[in-house]
Amino acid sequence: MLSNERARGIFYQVLLLAAVFGVGWYLISNTLHNLSTRQIQVGFGFLGREAGFEIAESQIAYGPADTYLRAFLVGLFNTLHVAFIGIVLATILGTLVGIARLSSNWLLSRLASGYVETMRNIPLLLQLFVWYGVFTELMPPVRQAVDLGGGIFVTQRGLYYPWPEPHAAWSAVGWALLAGVLLAFAWRFYARRLQERTGRQLPVGIPAVLLVAGLPLAAWLYLGAPTQLIYPELRGFNFRGGRVLSPEFLALLIGLSTYTAAFVAEIVRAGILAVDRGQGEAAMSLGLNRGHELRLVTLPQALRVIIPPMTSQYLNLAKNSSLAVAIGYPDLVAVANTTMNQTGQAIEAIAILMAVYLSISLLISLFMNWYNNRVRLVER
Amino acid sequence: MADSALNADTAAGAPSRQGGPFAWMRTNLFATPFDAALTVVLLLALAWIVPKASGWLFFDAVWGRQPLEACDAVRGQGACWAVVWEKFRFMMFGVYPFDEQWRPAIAIFVMTGLLVVSAIRAFWNRSLILIWAGGIGLTFWLMGGGLGLTPIRAEQWGGLPVTLILAIFGIAFAFPLGVLLALGRRSNLPLVRAFCIVYIEVIRGVPLITVLFMASVMFALFMPEGLRIEQLLRAQIAIILFVAAYLAEAVRGGLQAVARGQYEAAEALGLSYWKSTSLIVLPQALRISIPPIVNSFISLFKDTSLVVIIGIYDFAYAVKKSVETDFAWKKYFIEAFLFSIVIYWIYCFAMSKYSQKLERDFSRGQQR
Repeated sequence: MLSNERARGIFYQVLLLAAVFGVGWYLISNTLHNLSTRQIQVGFGFLGREAGFEIAESQIAYGPADTYLRAFLVGLFNTLHVAFIGIVLATILGTLVGIARLSSNWLLSRLASGYVETMRNIPLLLQLFVWYGVFTELMPPVRQAVDLGGGIFVTQRGLYYPWPEPHAAWSAVGWALLAGVLLAFAWRFYARRLQERTGRQLPVGIPAVLLVAGLPLAAWLYLGAPTQLIYPELRGFNFRGGRVLSPEFLALLIGLSTYTAAFVAEIVRAGILAVDRGQGEAAMSLGLNRGHELRLVTLPQALRVIIPPMTSQYLNLAKNSSLAVAIGYPDLVAVANTTMNQTGQAIEAIAILMAVYLSISLLISLFMNWYNNRVRLVER
Repeated sequence: MADSALNADTAAGAPSRQGGPFAWMRTNLFATPFDAALTVVLLLALAWIVPKASGWLFFDAVWGRQPLEACDAVRGQGACWAVVWEKFRFMMFGVYPFDEQWRPAIAIFVMTGLLVVSAIRAFWNRSLILIWAGGIGLTFWLMGGGLGLTPIRAEQWGGLPVTLILAIFGIAFAFPLGVLLALGRRSNLPLVRAFCIVYIEVIRGVPLITVLFMASVMFALFMPEGLRIEQLLRAQIAIILFVAAYLAEAVRGGLQAVARGQYEAAEALGLSYWKSTSLIVLPQALRISIPPIVNSFISLFKDTSLVVIIGIYDFAYAVKKSVETDFAWKKYFIEAFLFSIVIYWIYCFAMSKYSQKLERDFSRGQQR
């Protein structure tokens, strides 16, 4: 019977299934036994209980009296916060460095490749330790804060900056910005349709800038143009008023984005190199100007090469933000760690962690796949 | 720039390629007004930074075994490399018993030698397996003792050898697992394929820290009562399981690159699946996947530092602890971290240059 290929295939699969279930059952039964001897309740019921620990910074309202679920949410938002800004910064810096590496200026390209070779060959964790040390130990204590002017202060406890006084106009500005972005997209859509139908070209860039910048400005002016800022002021042992970027956040953000930028730079460089020179020359000979050539010919082809590896770098950055726990930024992992220590619900906490990171990974790759499909050249 | 090079080759005697430093500067530094301005700005910035940085790093720094006061005297102007001399043993070997530290020192050389030997292509055959088995066995004996050496428990291992062990043992054991996963992902058997895909994608979707947490917190729950496994071994297992997923993807790339005809030819010769895989397909696929495997190893080498978070005395943690626990020297933490950064950087930079060279060598065949 073993000489029959089909039968052999089924036999192997049954074997694998038995092994997986056997090992799984062994582990689960051990776990259940251990849990019962340690008197730990299984289940996610603990999420409804009071967390009882402080979280240093938070995007949403939170206090120690809130539940573990809310604490997890705070951690999740902190993770997303640093990952999102980090991705934006890493993309900008990485693109600049990648282009600089291709520069015909010898000095600039040497400096850029020096940056890449240094950053990507040092463990991120050590870079974070150094940044954190720089932002805490090497910065002046609060009482000798360095005044950068404009109400911005550099101290050991972070970077303090002024923030507008609460006013009805500010939320209107936010909505106007959103409306401006949507209208700009709608205008571009309309202009494209018109061009496809009649060949007439409408300006897109300037109206878009007017909409995105002008609408919020108009809303702000209409609602009384509030300019009142709250400046941070030294009172007692600390600054009051304004906003603060904590040293933990700054260290994590700068560490993550400068590290990832080195990888992004290599991807951008490879992408630009992958576009055939003839493409640019052909565009020129068709009479396209430099801007059109870049936007319509070179960039779409470079993006096709750039996007798949870029996706995995974005995923890496999101996953690497979990190193926050090492320098004390309250991200999801840090909250889960505290929760595990307090409740002993290790399995549930780690399950939540894994599920959340898997979903983030999935969302980023879905979005990037969608974008990749859009920029893909349609081959005939 | 490439244009001018082209012209220079065809039009004989074009002046810009006639050599000399001035011609070189004209093409590479001052080609256009914008280029010239950029060069001037960069030179000014360098002229400001380089003297300051080199002064702090080298000329005004405190070198050698010196007392704390010598460092305090130049604080702010020069680096305090004396902290490296002061804490050297602890940074390199952690809490390993002082009189036995020659053993981890030799282990560092054995493992580094293992990496060097693996880079030499004359050894890319079956003897490499024996060399690795020998090197790993020797390391284990040196670190752990027994057979004439004083036994040292793994809890006391620390410093650079632990980092090397986590990386080298990690790749050695993850490699066969990764190959199996890659083969499984391309298998015709749906259950096998599904299992491999789920494993690979789940592991690649989560950060290493969560897997390390699992090893450090949940492992105890998984095991039968009374069976305790040392923390270092648990972290090692977690790293192996983690890296295997990434290696599987590297190997899969190689498997996909093997021409279909090779599979068909092997089948036509009547070879069984395992015969055709091990004799025809894998030798070709692995050769193609060597550069991505080296890259995974570089990431692994850097990622071993994450074991700091679950409290294992690897090199990064030993360096951190060496300054954190000494109030007097604590303020020179930057110098201590820079020292560890240089060590990590030397290993990673050498390996990444090697991997780039391999990629060039391998693609040479296709450039005809």
